[in-house]
Amino acid sequence: MTARELWAGNIAIAEGALAAGVDFYAGYPITPSSEIMEHLARALPKRGGVFFQAEDEIAAIFSLIGASWAGARAMTATSGPGFSLMQEGLGIAIMTETPLVVVDVMRLGPGTGQASRAGQGDLMQARWGRHGDQHLVVLAPATAQDCFDLTVLAVNTAEKLRVPVVILSDELIAHTWEPVKLKEQEERWERPRPRSQEPPFGADHPARIPPMPPLGKGFDVSVTGSTHDAWGVRATSDPKIHRQLVERLGQKILAHRVEFTVYEAHGVEEAEVGIVAFGSAARSALAAQHLLAQQGIRAGVVVLKTLWPLPEEPMEELARRVQALLVPELNLGQLRLDVERLAAGRCPVIGLSKVGGGLPIYPSEIAAKVQEVVR
Amino acid sequence: MPNIKTLAQREEKQVRFTPGHTLCAGCAEPMVVRTVLNAIPDPVVVANATGCLEVASSRYPGSAWNVPWIHVAFENAAAVIAGLEAAYKALKRAGKITRTIRFVAFAGDGGTYDIGLQALSGTLERGHDILYVCINNEAYMNTGVQRSSATPRCAAATTSPVGEEIPGKPQDRKDLTEIVVSHHIPYVAQASVSNLIDLANKVERSLQFTGPKFFNVLATCPLGWRTPRASAIDQAKLAVETRYWPLYEVVEGKYRITYKPKKPLPVEEWLKTQGRFRHLFRDEKGKERIAEFQAAVDRHWEELVKKEQCLSGVQEQG
Repeated sequence: MTARELWAGNIAIAEGALAAGVDFYAGYPITPSSEIMEHLARALPKRGGVFFQAEDEIAAIFSLIGASWAGARAMTATSGPGFSLMQEGLGIAIMTETPLVVVDVMRLGPGTGQASRAGQGDLMQARWGRHGDQHLVVLAPATAQDCFDLTVLAVNTAEKLRVPVVILSDELIAHTWEPVKLKEQEERWERPRPRSQEPPFGADHPARIPPMPPLGKGFDVSVTGSTHDAWGVRATSDPKIHRQLVERLGQKILAHRVEFTVYEAHGVEEAEVGIVAFGSAARSALAAQHLLAQQGIRAGVVVLKTLWPLPEEPMEELARRVQALLVPELNLGQLRLDVERLAAGRCPVIGLSKVGGGLPIYPSEIAAKVQEVVR
Repeated sequence: MPNIKTLAQREEKQVRFTPGHTLCAGCAEPMVVRTVLNAIPDPVVVANATGCLEVASSRYPGSAWNVPWIHVAFENAAAVIAGLEAAYKALKRAGKITRTIRFVAFAGDGGTYDIGLQALSGTLERGHDILYVCINNEAYMNTGVQRSSATPRCAAATTSPVGEEIPGKPQDRKDLTEIVVSHHIPYVAQASVSNLIDLANKVERSLQFTGPKFFNVLATCPLGWRTPRASAIDQAKLAVETRYWPLYEVVEGKYRITYKPKKPLPVEEWLKTQGRFRHLFRDEKGKERIAEFQAAVDRHWEELVKKEQCLSGVQEQG
């Protein structure tokens, strides 16, 4: 049995969080993400969860780290300026292997930019915004349905892999109301728990996620953002321990990537031209595909929903088949750099960058660019 | 010291904050800004934190500011004004600037009580020669009425909704004015948009001191308080007359209450006119909460009177 709801993207994210068992939310109001917070302010206390409004985004993300170590499934939501403030906390969460989810409903930057307008300029920041070598998981919804489903996946992935997961939405997705289909019960992945005193930060195999002992339940735990050994003991001058730790933190994510890799491929088998996009730009790409079909041009579209680590195979595959790859995005060309890397000279990669000031990339703009390329 | 006539004359003489901004009808903020800036005879530079005032005063293609104005982000008006003032001092020392310039920061309660508190504290502690004005409308009105640490207990906000679990905001508001007093800066004042002469007096008096000068000004928000648009002044006046928002100043550590209501009204008179407290007037539980609210107001007032007596440096009369 399935139910259907009419939700805006932000509401779908909040509902996805509830379906995924999020029981702790701390945040700070910021346009265009505030509806997530307001929805959870009402809903969480009724379910015995905890909601609180922090004094700023720094406090919000660090309270998530505390809550997560106490055993909660923790989430926050923000937008560009707040996401910038949260970067330190994200880095610490990566280093301490703390499961948590951060939603960045993208607006326009840099600076305070345009608060109530959509952009996709935070892609690189989501991946690399912290200092130091690191991996985390970045997911990007293109519809309200994605908002719901990917939030469930984000919470599950964070828990299972002990890693922070970023959901990159944008203002257009956030405030577009659409039907969302619901399953009766969402799958729930749990974080690994120790059976006895096991090292909480060490693994004999890179794919193995070390068990996470809850604080206050009888385990001796030392948690630190500094380099540490398998038991969490600080080791700030040991080259081997640092190398092993940083490499493992990346390897554990890559080893499990298939579990959280989501993308859609539309009409790629017969395609003469490929289009790769995410978020609101992907919706325009799919509409452009129809426009082009009417003119007898076969465009294949890959909609990326996992943005990091990137699903490389579908793009490599597409690059082998088509005359050219087009990358429409609402920024100065961030995803294009990766598509170029993956195409590796097999076909030209053409960016369609638009700093729209809130305007979307229109399907006609994508179609026109494709026609130019095909001709 | 100004009277209502001087305030009006100042309005005619110089317009530092012009009409044509897009603040809501009935918003108290422009009155506070104009009164503060007009009470300063010297040239001013304004730093403005993110908030209603910032977005509504600088909407493309216009600006309501007839003075140099800088907005950078939410948490840092105090840090920006500190940087400006420090550079000004250096340039003055080097003889590159000769005239007196005043540096004024405007921020809301979110940008001061919450995210801006750290920057404010640093600026106060370092002793920059600035004026910092918190225009306090008791919630995050710009993003859609989320509670702040200036929001009073029991007020409904989108992140402290009224329901079976909580009666609006469950916590007391933070006493920011007293936090600032604890920095031992030369001049601290609490003021209200309902008493503009009092506000103008305070700004004028503060200018004789070198160092940080801080003003916490209550400013009605009809949208967030859910009050009629024409009632901003009346609302703020009730806050003062019920002693919910005492008008006072702390000059070099000495307290002075600048207005004592002769016949203080029960705080209920202020609460009942606002939609954000409507739920308190539904049942017995609400009555209890109003009684608790009144007790807190009375306690704070008594504390303030005692501080005035102990720390005024003036012998108590009669």
